[in-house]
Amino acid sequence: MSEFHVKRKDVLKVSVVYLEGYLDAHTAPEFERALQELVDEERVHIVVNLSELTYISSAGLGVFMGFIENIRGKGGDIKLAEPTDKVFRVFDLLGFPVLYEIFKKENDAIKKYKTS
Amino acid sequence: MEKTVKSYCLKIPGQTDNLEVIRNFVASVAKKVGFDGEEVNKIELAVDEACTNVIEHAYQSDERQNIDIAVKIDYNKFTVVVTDRGKGFNMQDIELPDMKSYLAEIRVGGLGIYLMKTLMDEVDYHSEPGVKNEVRMVKYCLKKNKKKKNATRNNDCCSA
Repeated sequence: MSEFHVKRKDVLKVSVVYLEGYLDAHTAPEFERALQELVDEERVHIVVNLSELTYISSAGLGVFMGFIENIRGKGGDIKLAEPTDKVFRVFDLLGFPVLYEIFKKENDAIKKYKTS
Repeated sequence: MEKTVKSYCLKIPGQTDNLEVIRNFVASVAKKVGFDGEEVNKIELAVDEACTNVIEHAYQSDERQNIDIAVKIDYNKFTVVVTDRGKGFNMQDIELPDMKSYLAEIRVGGLGIYLMKTLMDEVDYHSEPGVKNEVRMVKYCLKKNKKKKNATRNNDCCSA
């Protein structure tokens, strides 16, 4: 059994996705399914809370990249919140802060949708 | 002076649900020899990327195939060798992405080798397709151009 879980909470038009555990080539499809579900429901204002994500590899990063264009095309976005230092370092290494807004607090990410 | 090389080996089926076992293995050895948390994280990610490439490309998800992971410690040099017997490739043919363009074009995939080369001090690859392919990755315990004063074999960080 993989130690990876995806949970979701809807806050009005925003959906917060919580990733727990490790996101690698084995667990990435589960995250993909969660994002696809949101897209299918037309819920494209997404915040991904990374506070319980202990590890990410390029397979996990690839899930974000695979969805972002479509979601932004629909007028939505994927904002990232509360990454651990370890996970943030991987994002930073690849320059992801250029493409994704990363927030220290989940609420700040949610509020950004109200102001944009 | 006697040269001591210590080796730790893992042979494991090439399945993505074994990536965590592989990471735990290399991370445990890296911690044991004295790498700090950040360096351990770099090593485990680089090895994960190498093994994911083996599973997805060399073995094309054939779960019957094994991957060999060997960790060798030699004074200040920590070497991880990932060996497979699948479809090889020529690393010279792989063009590393320019990350600015990669992000601007919102590309997907192809970051594994980039990460390996960024995270480790040395990466090289030897291929005999269908026979044996090896990715060799090295992390030095001490920076190559900066040595601890009076570092001795017993006090350097690569002591297992």
